[in-house]
Amino acid sequence: MTRYHPIFELFLCRMRMFYREPDAIFWTYGFPVLLTIGLGVAFRTKPPDKVQVAVQDAPELREIRRTLESDHSFQTLVGSVAQCEAWIRKGEADIAVLHSDGVEYRSDPTRPEAAIARLRVDEAIQRAAGRTDAVAIKDAHVTSPGARYIDFLIPGLLGMNLMGGGLWGIGFVTVDMRIRKLLKRLIATPMRKRDFFLSLIGSRMVFTIPEVLLLLVTGWLLFRVAIEGSLVNIAIVAGIGALSFAGLGLFLASRARKIETISGLMNAVMLPMWIFSGIFFSSKRFPDLLQPFIQALPLTQLNNALRAVITDGASLMSQWLPLSILAAYGFVSFVLALRWFKWT
Amino acid sequence: MNDPTPAVICRDLRKRYVTRGQPPVDALVGLDLTAQVGECLGLLGPNGAGKTTTIEVLEGLLEPTSGDVEVLGMRWGVDDEPLRQRIGISLQETRLADKLTVTETLKLFRSFYRNGCDPAEVLEVVSLDEKRHARLDTLSGGQKQRLAVASALVGEPELLFLDEPTTGLDPQSRRDVWDIIRRHKERGRTTLLTTHYMDEAERLCDRVVVIDRGKAIAVGSPSELIHRIGGELVIQFSLKNHKAVAAAEAKLFSDLPSVRDCHCDAGGFTLTVGAPHECIPALVERLSVNHLELTRLTTRHVSLEDVFVNLTGRRLTAEELADKAP
Repeated sequence: MTRYHPIFELFLCRMRMFYREPDAIFWTYGFPVLLTIGLGVAFRTKPPDKVQVAVQDAPELREIRRTLESDHSFQTLVGSVAQCEAWIRKGEADIAVLHSDGVEYRSDPTRPEAAIARLRVDEAIQRAAGRTDAVAIKDAHVTSPGARYIDFLIPGLLGMNLMGGGLWGIGFVTVDMRIRKLLKRLIATPMRKRDFFLSLIGSRMVFTIPEVLLLLVTGWLLFRVAIEGSLVNIAIVAGIGALSFAGLGLFLASRARKIETISGLMNAVMLPMWIFSGIFFSSKRFPDLLQPFIQALPLTQLNNALRAVITDGASLMSQWLPLSILAAYGFVSFVLALRWFKWT
Repeated sequence: MNDPTPAVICRDLRKRYVTRGQPPVDALVGLDLTAQVGECLGLLGPNGAGKTTTIEVLEGLLEPTSGDVEVLGMRWGVDDEPLRQRIGISLQETRLADKLTVTETLKLFRSFYRNGCDPAEVLEVVSLDEKRHARLDTLSGGQKQRLAVASALVGEPELLFLDEPTTGLDPQSRRDVWDIIRRHKERGRTTLLTTHYMDEAERLCDRVVVIDRGKAIAVGSPSELIHRIGGELVIQFSLKNHKAVAAAEAKLFSDLPSVRDCHCDAGGFTLTVGAPHECIPALVERLSVNHLELTRLTTRHVSLEDVFVNLTGRRLTAEELADKAP
C-alpha cells in the first residue's frame, strides 16, 4: 500500500485549491502584471517638451522664422503682433519674436519656462547668424537605467504583492476553512497541527515564486527594468518578506470567524503600508516626524531591501537591518498566531 | 454486548455556555451514557436538546464544564493522539474543500492515520467509486454526506461518531447512509450517532438514549422503550369542533378499555392502547352517545415519537422547540 505523507497531502491539496480557483490566480498573478503595465505606460519617460515660440509675420523676420521652423526643438506659431501677444497671454507660446527696431523677445519673466525658451531661441538665432562658441564644449548625457520611475516602481509593486499575497493567501484561506468547519474537521483527525501550518506556509512560499518572476520579467521585457543584484539575493529577500507577511496573515486570522472581520482587519493593516511604505513614491517624502512610524512598517523595510538588491545590486549583508526587522515581524506574529489560534 | 470495557462511558456530564452580557446557558445538566463495543447507540432528541454538545465532548472537540468521559478506555487531554487514531468523526455540516476531487479529499484524510484502508475501498463502501474524480462542488447533498462519512471511515475507526448523518437528505440518500452504518456495525465496530429522526433511531440503533433539555431521560433498545409505555397501537383521531371538545372533555376517552395513555393537542386526540379490538368499538359508541362527529381516524404501531411524547408531554418535531445550545 502506498504510504501517505500528511504534510505532502496537505500541501498538494492547498496547491490544488489555489490553482483551481481562477479568481485567486488572477488577483495573485494577473492583476499585479496589469498594474505594472498600466503604471509603466502612464509614467514612461518622455522626450523634453518643445519650446513654443510665436513669430511675428514680418518680412524682416523671414530668416529667423526659417531657422526656428527647421529646428525640431521648437514649435513655431506665426501671426500678427496682436496674435503673438494673445498666445503669450494664454500660455500657448513661451516667447514671442517680434520686429521693432530690430528683433525683440517678448515673454513673461514670472514663468520659468519663459527663461529657458529665451535662452534657447536666442542661441538658435545667434548661431544661425554666425556666432561661434568661445569655449569648446562636449555634452555627456546621463539618463541611466535604474533612475526612471518604472525602476522605482517595480520593486515597490513586488513588495506590495508579497504583502497582499501573504495576508490574503494565508489569512483569508484560513478564515474560510474555519467558516466551513474544515479546520474543526481536520483537528478531529490525528493530523498534527505543525503539519497543517507548515503546509499552509510552504504552499504560500511556492505561490510566491511565479509572482516574483512574473513581475521582474514583465518589467524587463516591457520597460527594460534592469536587475542589478543577484537572483539568489532577490529570492532570499522576497522569501523573508513573504514569510513575514504569511505570519502576519496567520496572526490576523487566528480568531476571526467571519469574512467581514478578516477583510476589515487586513485592510486596516495594509492601508497605512499602501500609503507610507514607498510603493508608488518614496516614503522619504513624508515629514521627519512620521519617519520612525514609517520605518517601523514591515513593508517599508521590505521595499527598501528589495530596491537595494534589485536596483542597486546591494549585498545581503548590507540589508541586515531591514531583513532582521522583517524576520522579527514574521517570528513574533507566528508565535502569537499559534498561541491564539482557534480551530473551531 | 458483554464486553467488560465499554467503548464510551460518560458520567454526570455538564456543559455551561457563558456568553458575555447574556445569562449562561446550561446545555448539559448531568448526562450519563454508556456505549458498548459493537453496538450502534443513538442519541435521540429535539434540536437544542444537547445532542451535538454531548457528541462533541465525547469527540474531544469540546471541553465539558464538569463530568467524567472515557473513550475506548482512554481520556481526552491525556491520550489524544492514540484516541484520534482509533476514532472516526463526521461533524454536522462540514463543507469540505469544493475544488478538490473525491479521491483527493480521501487521500488527505487517509494520510493522517497510521493505519487505514485504501481510499478506493472506502469509495466502494459508500458507493462513490463512480464519482472518484468529481470535484466536490459537483456532488449532490447525499453524495457529499456519504463522502463525509467516508472521510470518517478511511482510518478504519473502532468507534465512529456521526452527528446527524442524514439530516436534510432525500429518502434514498438516507437509506444509503444507513447501509454504510450497518456495514460498519457488521464488522463488530461501534457507532455513536445523533438524530432527531425517530425512524432512523428505530431502524439503525441497538439502543437509544433519549435526550431532552441537557440530560438523558430514557435509555434502552427501541422495542424496550416502546414496550415501556405499555401500548402496542396508537389511535389518532380528530373531531368536528375539535378545539371546543378538547378543552372540556380531554378525559372523555381515558377510561375506554385498554387505554394506557390519552393525549390531546391541536392536531387531535392520541390514544395509546393495548387491545385495539376492544377500544375502537367502545370509542365509536362513546362518540355517538356524545353526539360527536369524527373527521379523521388512523391507527399505527407505537413509535419512539410516542415514547418521547409520553416522557415529556411534547412532540419531538424540531420546529416546536427553540434552539437552546449554540
